[in-house]
Amino acid sequence: MTQNNRNPGVPLDLDWVMGAHVNKSAVERRVESLPKRRTVKKDWQAAWLLRAVTCIDLTTLAGDDTPGRIRRLCAKAKQPIRPDMLSRMGLDGEKITVGAVCVYPNRVKDAVEALQGSDIPVASVATGFPAGQTPLPQRIQEIEQAVEAGAREIDVVIARNYVLTGNWQAMYDELQQFRKACGEAHMKTILATGELGTLKQVYQASLVAMMAGSDFIKTSTGKESVNATLEVSLVMTRAIREYLERYGYKIGFKPAGGISSAKQAMAWQSLMKEELGDDWLKNDLFRFGASSLLTDLERQLYHFITGHYAAKHHMPMG
Amino acid sequence: MSTLLEIFKTMEYGPAPESPDAVKAWLDEHGRKFGLFINNEWVTPKGAKYYPSYNPSNGELLGETVQAGKKEVDAAVAAAREAFGTWSKTPGVVRARYMYAIARNIQKHHRLLAVLESMDNGKPIRESRDIDVPLLARHFYYYAGWAQLMETELRDYQPVGVVGQIIPWNFPLLMLAWKIAPAIAMGNTVVLKPASYTRLSALLFAEIVAEAGVPAGVVNVITGSSSAGSMLVEHPDIDKVAFTGSTDVGRILRRQTAGSGKKLSLELGGKSPFVVFEDADLDGAVEGVVDAIWFNQGQVCCAGSRLIVQENVAARFIQKLKARMEHMRVGDPLDKSIDMGAIVDKTQWETIDSWVKTGISEGGECYQPNIKMPEKGLFYKPTLITGLDPAAATVQEEIFGPVLVSLTFRTPSEAIELANNTRYGLAASVWSDNINLALDVASKIKAGSVWVNCTNLFDGASGFGGYRESGFGREGGREGLFEYVRPIWMDRPRPGLDTASPTRPPLDGKKWGEHVPARPAPPTTARANGRDLPRVDRTPKMYIGGKQVRPDGHYTFSVIGAKGQIVGQVGDGNRKDIRDAVEAAHKAHLSKPGWAMRHGFNRSQILYFIAENLDARNAEFVERIVEMTGRTKKSAQAEVDTAVERLFTYAAWADKFGGSVQETTLRGITVGVNEPIGVIGIACPDEYPLLGFVSLMAPAIARGNTVVMIPSQKHPLSATDFYQVLDTSDVPDGVVNIVTGDRDHLTKTLVQHEDVDSVWYFGSAEGSYWVEYESAANMKRTWVGYGLPRDWMSREQGEGHEFLHESTQVKNIWVPTGE
Repeated sequence: MTQNNRNPGVPLDLDWVMGAHVNKSAVERRVESLPKRRTVKKDWQAAWLLRAVTCIDLTTLAGDDTPGRIRRLCAKAKQPIRPDMLSRMGLDGEKITVGAVCVYPNRVKDAVEALQGSDIPVASVATGFPAGQTPLPQRIQEIEQAVEAGAREIDVVIARNYVLTGNWQAMYDELQQFRKACGEAHMKTILATGELGTLKQVYQASLVAMMAGSDFIKTSTGKESVNATLEVSLVMTRAIREYLERYGYKIGFKPAGGISSAKQAMAWQSLMKEELGDDWLKNDLFRFGASSLLTDLERQLYHFITGHYAAKHHMPMG
Repeated sequence: MSTLLEIFKTMEYGPAPESPDAVKAWLDEHGRKFGLFINNEWVTPKGAKYYPSYNPSNGELLGETVQAGKKEVDAAVAAAREAFGTWSKTPGVVRARYMYAIARNIQKHHRLLAVLESMDNGKPIRESRDIDVPLLARHFYYYAGWAQLMETELRDYQPVGVVGQIIPWNFPLLMLAWKIAPAIAMGNTVVLKPASYTRLSALLFAEIVAEAGVPAGVVNVITGSSSAGSMLVEHPDIDKVAFTGSTDVGRILRRQTAGSGKKLSLELGGKSPFVVFEDADLDGAVEGVVDAIWFNQGQVCCAGSRLIVQENVAARFIQKLKARMEHMRVGDPLDKSIDMGAIVDKTQWETIDSWVKTGISEGGECYQPNIKMPEKGLFYKPTLITGLDPAAATVQEEIFGPVLVSLTFRTPSEAIELANNTRYGLAASVWSDNINLALDVASKIKAGSVWVNCTNLFDGASGFGGYRESGFGREGGREGLFEYVRPIWMDRPRPGLDTASPTRPPLDGKKWGEHVPARPAPPTTARANGRDLPRVDRTPKMYIGGKQVRPDGHYTFSVIGAKGQIVGQVGDGNRKDIRDAVEAAHKAHLSKPGWAMRHGFNRSQILYFIAENLDARNAEFVERIVEMTGRTKKSAQAEVDTAVERLFTYAAWADKFGGSVQETTLRGITVGVNEPIGVIGIACPDEYPLLGFVSLMAPAIARGNTVVMIPSQKHPLSATDFYQVLDTSDVPDGVVNIVTGDRDHLTKTLVQHEDVDSVWYFGSAEGSYWVEYESAANMKRTWVGYGLPRDWMSREQGEGHEFLHESTQVKNIWVPTGE
């Protein structure tokens, strides 16, 4: 019953939410062994790393972001890998770009302009990012303004208090309103798992977020003290799988924060491939929320091509 | 080969091979021919026969090893014997240094060991690298610690001597660690024989031991076929045999060593249940199944090969499992990106395949994922067979391959019943997020290791070993030490009945225990004069299920006193009395609360009460002993007083031997629980008619066993007098059952009874032989005296840890924590 159309959301099924079981030690065991069960080498590694590049939501979410900073980032987004390197890998003419550029609402316009002519979507965080502790009308308005400014993806944050107090209905209702405000723009729902109490809550929040119509579920804002981990990612991917089995909609997944090495990226790719399947290796269903990951991917690719370990300063800045 | 661009589009996995170069160099340096490792030297016998070792994933010849013959086995045992003279006297702290050096050296050669293991055995490099070799090192570290502590913590014990160890091919290095580490820690020396299929890693290990500077002869490795194994087992200068392998071979070894006085530990087969409750993390449990049955291609004695799922989640669980199976990768063991490697040998592959065919013919539905398989080599797909019932052979028998069978249950009690519906009892896995349920089930499954919400976890600090036909003895943990030590007062039993010797006395199993029922025996002395008032006839019956019942055969024999007088008459028991007593003993476990389920405090109260009531009849028991044995009153008084004291001892132990928290590497709790063994049949010694009886009954019931006692054949009246003591002491019906009669005749039925869990026998050397021999039928535990004297009056020999050890079996329950 797989459907390729967008998840419209489904009625809140509280029985399912309340009946969830997540065993932490079992999750840890899977996550510990998985990266040791799967690895790719040589051409395969290069191809996978390149694929990882295309899944990056190249992100800057800082107080000191300026139009100039955004422009530089967008330039990198359009050409994340040096053309000479692509050519040496036999990928002349392949359009390799990152998955999206992710910025604050105030910078959406700068990014949209800088990315003109490319297909790269601009993603905007919204809804009182990162804490989500602003009044609801403002949060909704923020979405509307970002969409208005040209954002095609909105990374919304949930109100963590609803998860911590078990108020699933309120979480669901609020996300539905967010979804409505997103309109055509895809909604990527940030669970901020580092601020949730248990893996079971992560699983439950994932279900509610999907039922409310999320297109992606995302681990973290990057601002919590603990961001993307393989443990929460495993739990969220399993929720995605279960949702697919029940309703036939494919929901995307975005780990964000703390993924900065090619090795980590490959662990996540294995997780996607093993738990969800190959569809979740491509950027319509999988993104890395990252800022420094790209540099390491580039360096590893350079090593693949030349056999030499690369210098960071040889890779063009984003 | 795909281009990078194609891979970019398909996102397939590619080959990720670990290099075999270092192993090849090692093999080449040995000219691909290996001798035996005796006295820290390579020994190549003249005219040796060689046996090839192949890589099962590609058929490549790795090297050849010697087929040891009698001369070589003798040389290895002699080397170990000579080394034992010094090693057993080497201070523990010195042995600890050597063992620490071994552990360090294992780590230094970690990758070489792992790669060789994978090449020789076919297991994935991930497993040999991340599990087998780290555990190998861990065991040596752990037992280095016990070597360090032996003189203070085990001061009542001494090493056993020269140990012959035979290990299987599924975990060549890990099994070697389980065998060698505790043995040499306790001051024993070893001769180890690796399995035929996988001989190379043990030889590499031997080199590593030598490199660590361990004195010559402490660890000797001989290669050879099963006949070399037999020579080792039957060698008169071996003091202990330790074996891991199939239950069938275990049976043979039990019989081969019977009556010899050699200690024996066996870690045998299994068909371990994997129980999934509706409130389990089903995705987590699916991964558990992967670790349970597809670890090491399912060639794991404790593999969770019987999936038992709650009916209301079974369909969903099976669906998830099948989906997961589609992601399994089978291939080159040296590939770092696979889940399953090769089956060890063609014979094994064919056995697995024939089991799958049997499963299908028994009505099972076979599922194998649609995954890419290597074109050559001994690979087998992960396999699930659903729709079978416990009646199917495929559900009952160990397959030893990547084949899982599944069953469903309705209630927790049915889950437990299904889990225990097996001749084996090695391990179990229980999945539920309800701690009450999970721990209750864990406590009721009969298995040596129970993993809650996890599976196949091992650590040096936790014992591993079986219940039932999965063997006896533990490897790992403190409990594992007792396989390699003997009480300090005890010499190596030499029953003078060396069954291994070709000149052994002809023993006739049919003749042993033969018995013609008793006839009247008129008194030879103290004839009645017809004037005095005779004693009221008092003929005790059998004591079964808390009642006195007439002997089934309605035969009676007279008990003749020291002066030839008839001091009483007792029932002459037969097979059926034993049968009834065993039934009653089982029933005592089933009543609510069953004897084993009562708390230690309650059992201690009952033991104190027995002591109290015995002491109240002190004079009567003294008189009876004098009358039967002709010993002095003083001596009889000492016996009765000691018996009372002994009851106090075990009343004390009733709530002080529950087990321990094991300090494993698991985050969570690993608890080693000293569980009762179940129903124990006990043939009492002739000497000390009361004390012998009490010294054996008390520890057994203190630790929650129920017993069938065969009292001293010569002097049974102290035991029959005991009926009334038991009757007045709140002992629940069936906890203690007493059958009088011909000791060996009754013992024979007991030891052949397949629902008796252990037999203790303190009769003759020949009887000891038969008890050990016949116990192989259901691999029941045995404890025999070999007809050798034991000072029942002394606390050192007549009570204590040895008795508690024989009354319990360790179950290790692993409970990971974290929410």
